[in-house]
Amino acid sequence: MAKITFVTSDDIKTTVEATTGNIMELAVQNKIKGIDGNCGGVCSCATCHVHVQPEDWSKIGEPSELEKDMLEFDENVSEYSRLSCQIKVSDAIDGIVLKVAN
Amino acid sequence: MKKSEFLDPFEKARLEKGIGEMDDQDDHVVMALRHKDVRRCAHNWKMFQSGAEPGRIVIPSEVNIRDIRQIPFEVDPPMHGDYRTLVEAWFKRPLEENYQIELKKIITTIVEESLKKDTVEVIREFALVLQSRALTLLFNVPFSESETWISWGTHVFRSEETALDADKANVLYKYIDVQIENSIKKPGEDFYSKLLESEVNGRKLTKEEIKGVIILTFAGGRDTVINIVSNSIAYFSEHPKALEKLRSDPASINFAIEELIRYFSPLTQMGRVVTEDAQVCEHAVKADTRISLNWASANRDESVFENANTVVLDRKINPHVAFGFGVHNCLGATHARQIMKVLIHTLIGKVQSIDLLDSKENIENLGEFKRKVGFDSLKVNFNSK
Repeated sequence: MAKITFVTSDDIKTTVEATTGNIMELAVQNKIKGIDGNCGGVCSCATCHVHVQPEDWSKIGEPSELEKDMLEFDENVSEYSRLSCQIKVSDAIDGIVLKVAN
Repeated sequence: MKKSEFLDPFEKARLEKGIGEMDDQDDHVVMALRHKDVRRCAHNWKMFQSGAEPGRIVIPSEVNIRDIRQIPFEVDPPMHGDYRTLVEAWFKRPLEENYQIELKKIITTIVEESLKKDTVEVIREFALVLQSRALTLLFNVPFSESETWISWGTHVFRSEETALDADKANVLYKYIDVQIENSIKKPGEDFYSKLLESEVNGRKLTKEEIKGVIILTFAGGRDTVINIVSNSIAYFSEHPKALEKLRSDPASINFAIEELIRYFSPLTQMGRVVTEDAQVCEHAVKADTRISLNWASANRDESVFENANTVVLDRKINPHVAFGFGVHNCLGATHARQIMKVLIHTLIGKVQSIDLLDSKENIENLGEFKRKVGFDSLKVNFNSK
């Protein structure tokens, strides 16, 4: 069981729990503002963009080349940007905080 | 070759030069063909603008048949964002449960009617009807309006005789004028009323601006939705195992939708006007000329998509640009995706198989390229479960 905290653009914190799936699905299920996941998680719409806290970066890891490409031209990109549909839920990421980019 | 196999006419030019060229009514177009270049140009809205002369960024150009600016599509930031914010929530309504229930009713009726017929001509009897009826939900207007829209045929600006039909465009414009006046007299919960009460930068939208939004809504999702629906029907008819696979694993439907949209890319390209002398893939383009962002070509770029010319129904990573890319990405994408989702769910629930009986290809002539974008006619027989 992993606890994930989302911080939305209006600074509202929501902590949710999950064991399977990906972070985008988790956010959509919990109606996290700013995460739409329009394409259903195939890395094509970039509507699930999040910023990982620097201290959590090693737990999450680098995006793939294709994910990097999608993020390259997105708004509000930082060196800690990820598309949440590409982050799998697992115990290894328990406790992380993700800031919603949009 | 299967009827649902759509070749990629841009491959050679994409690999060798990275660009293609075509003449469009004496206004030259340089096409960006590679995934990265298409995205780079789409991102650079200052150098490659949308807020040019109304109609010019569309290919074929509509400069000669309209002077109304489509909004927010033909407006650049920051004004683009102001308009987009106004309508964004409205265009996300297809995610609401009630909307989906109504869409399900519409599509179920069409599929059930189709199952009773020996032959269905998919373009006019299925896809056009589906698109028109579904659009009543997006506009939040009475279902009966769809009868009028169906009578206009498959394209609001194009007729059998000519690619750009000014008379036909005028039918749409007059219709919209009447609808706006009706909503002024009797405001309701429809899209026109919603726009009439909207404000941008502290002022009400003008009738001209409202008309610009409405024209875009009619034109943008018309032949594109018709193409993706009918091309997908053709695909399922020739790949019965695909329908079976989705039936046994509905969780993979999302992947299938994105892949069908990538493969068929219902909108081949969209233009931009160059604001200063620039380059596209090391090819010089002069200010006040046009480039195009060739979504269809980018979506077959082998450096991004493995087996790019094959439909891989469960493709997991699929960074396609069929809905565009950057600030101007398709406003109707949520609606289109929801139509596909409900359609596929309905097909796997009710249809065992589809027989493709006859078809006539719809080929776009794009200078040195000829691209199959869909069908002028597609006759099938639906077999019930």
